Amino acid sequence: MSEHSWGYLTPPEVRFLDAAVSRLIPADELGPGAKEAGVTVFIDRQLCGTYGVLARSYRMGPWPEGTPQQGWQCPLTPRDAYRAAIREIDAHCNKLHQRPFSLLKTEQQDAILKELQGGKIELEAIGAKVFFDLLWKNTKEGFFADPIHGGNRDKVGWKLVGFPGVASGEYKQHMTPENDNVAYKVEPVSLLDIEEQRAALNSQGFPKHIMLKKG
Amino acid sequence: MADIKLKPVEVVVVGVGVAGSIICKELAAAGMQVVGIERGRMIESRNDFAMPYVHDELKFEPHRSDILQDLSRETMTFRNATSERALPMRLHGSFKVGEGVGGTGIHWGGVSIRFLPWDFKTRSLVEERYGKKMLPEDCTSQDWGLEWDEIEPYFDQYEYIYGIGGKAGNLNGVIQPGGNPFEGPRSREFPNPPSGHTYSGSLFKKAAESLGYKPYPTPTAGMTQAYTNPYRMNLGECVRGGFCGSHGCAMDAKATPLSTVVPSLFRHENFELRTLCNVIKVNTDSTGKKATGVTYMDARGREVEQPADIVILTSYAFNNARLLMLSGIGKQYDPVTNTGAVGKNYAYQVTSHTRLFFEDKVFNPFMGGAALGLSLDEFNGDNFDHSGLGFVGGGYINAAMSGAPPIRGTPVPDGTPAWGSEWKKNVAHYYNRTFQLSAHGGCQSYRTHYLDLDPSYKDAYGLPLMRLTFDWHDNEKKMSAYITQKAAEIAKVIGASRISSHPVHGKYSIVPYQSTHNTGGAIMGEDPSTSVVNKYLQSWDVSNLFVVGGSAFPQNSSNNPTSTIGALACWAADAIKETYRKKPGSLV
Repeated sequence: MSEHSWGYLTPPEVRFLDAAVSRLIPADELGPGAKEAGVTVFIDRQLCGTYGVLARSYRMGPWPEGTPQQGWQCPLTPRDAYRAAIREIDAHCNKLHQRPFSLLKTEQQDAILKELQGGKIELEAIGAKVFFDLLWKNTKEGFFADPIHGGNRDKVGWKLVGFPGVASGEYKQHMTPENDNVAYKVEPVSLLDIEEQRAALNSQGFPKHIMLKKG
Repeated sequence: MADIKLKPVEVVVVGVGVAGSIICKELAAAGMQVVGIERGRMIESRNDFAMPYVHDELKFEPHRSDILQDLSRETMTFRNATSERALPMRLHGSFKVGEGVGGTGIHWGGVSIRFLPWDFKTRSLVEERYGKKMLPEDCTSQDWGLEWDEIEPYFDQYEYIYGIGGKAGNLNGVIQPGGNPFEGPRSREFPNPPSGHTYSGSLFKKAAESLGYKPYPTPTAGMTQAYTNPYRMNLGECVRGGFCGSHGCAMDAKATPLSTVVPSLFRHENFELRTLCNVIKVNTDSTGKKATGVTYMDARGREVEQPADIVILTSYAFNNARLLMLSGIGKQYDPVTNTGAVGKNYAYQVTSHTRLFFEDKVFNPFMGGAALGLSLDEFNGDNFDHSGLGFVGGGYINAAMSGAPPIRGTPVPDGTPAWGSEWKKNVAHYYNRTFQLSAHGGCQSYRTHYLDLDPSYKDAYGLPLMRLTFDWHDNEKKMSAYITQKAAEIAKVIGASRISSHPVHGKYSIVPYQSTHNTGGAIMGEDPSTSVVNKYLQSWDVSNLFVVGGSAFPQNSSNNPTSTIGALACWAADAIKETYRKKPGSLV
């Protein structure tokens, strides 16, 4: 992470997020997890931009909590939500285990995350479940979005599921009865690859996909 | 008083999306002086959706997308029931209304099924077949007052403008093999051939046919071959890149207002487009019976009055209804007294998913395009006997390959942990080994489902937001259970290792995406006391005002609305240029 200059997150927030996203999408025998994919960097970059203040959301009050069917009614922006919630969760962990979240055992971390998810921890500034849902949504986004946004480093999220990234212009030719039940396995191409000239484009702007060897 | 009062023009069109662009084009081509006013910005496929940058899933994620309505300026409030306090929809969720030239027609999914003839006469046909007690007591569905033979030529016109690909199932009353035998009679074939082979579609077809059903290629606005439309617009062939719904198309291979109409508007010197101008009022004279033009806020924040002989509202259903409310035109619907028509009969659609997970089959779900796949209509509308079923209506069942970039969906079987290593393992295994059958149901209208102005929340101009009151009705829950079960039966015949099948249940929520198929609020009908516009989309109260769009549907079909919105636009344009222009006044 040292090459990234943090635009918004503070050092304790980086430590919290690295630890939390490592539990949400862990590194394991299937490959790198969310931390290795740069999800914390992704979240930092998102919080610096218009998403961090939900610039296209309706933000006038009053702000009653409402029913679950009425959706997001949190007066905090994502920037404020991360700042307030992480501080409170670390305080909760300190009280319970005398350590911040990032220094807990993984079982303890999982238990805290489950309690947040179930709304079982009382946070002052934001509903625990509201924060968990935001964190989990942003974690998946950072794991699967184009690496140009700072996450999905080395396209690890795409390689995990077999998503080819920017489409080639030749899918139609592959969608024939002969190719039924044949996996289309290619080295994924990202916008970052294209920006950094690791992938060539045809005249219509589509990259050429390099097929992976069978097996 | 407005800051600026402009010279009068012949026609003002409010909202340049699917309906507005066609009406602008038809009227301008007939020599009328037309000003199109759009609240959003100009959008151009070649710039806004340039390859490769349009293949960026995050950019078009609904909380970030800049081709959706900017909710910071205006949104709506929502509640399930009149007993609740409505709260603002602060983020996009259940539906994704567009903004900018092209509107919701830019990021749409391209499913292009005409409404059934039954949808236009739901009440009278249900009462005729099953008796007057069949519709729920609080159901306010009503006939449109429009005959199939009247609207059919305009479906045809729209389909040729949009280059729809498909196979006719009923040509002038003769059933055609390979098409949908339940569709209303059509006067000619689709302009383009049906979409081709998909693996999931072939499995669906085989299973459905073994059960005696007649699956057919879903009509699509994704070009199945290069196409030039009647406005001399050239559309490219869809390459099935899979970044389709939510996205614009770099290749102009998805029919949208941008690829089919808008550039051709600029060939007409008698047409002018004004973007970043938000109409806040339709002005009327002292009698309240004649529109004198519109007032809008321009990009610099100035209030501008544009006088016009004819005003045509063509924005999204919500905004058409809200503009009438803000302008004090017509009588607001009141669910307590059951009087008034503006805001009445809001309806939605009832979509459920049956997902199949396999161990030994792969589908390459990232490949795909607009509406690519097959549907069947055996359980749509009144295509099956409802005697003893306890509900009216139905839906179509389909298997589509419309592209599946991974932020939007990494489906896992029921019972999979929500995160962690086990979740990751299932995502890795099933991303390529699953597809879904959608049961896409219609929605009747009910007394307590309606639109009005919110008493407390305001937009950026200080005007009241619109308030939506809506929940699932028992009729639709029963219908969803029935058609979802039919989809699950097909899934069992296909033979997946795991099947997740979930009919609509509980309360309607505006959080998860369902469909951008919101209808009603300025409905069409035969009686001025129970409808807002007559069959020509002309206001009953103000004869030089037309209100065109999904707002006109008295209840919602299960079929996707865009073809019918397009047909209504062609139909209204024809009535205005051929009849109204020569003899202004009420057309009925």
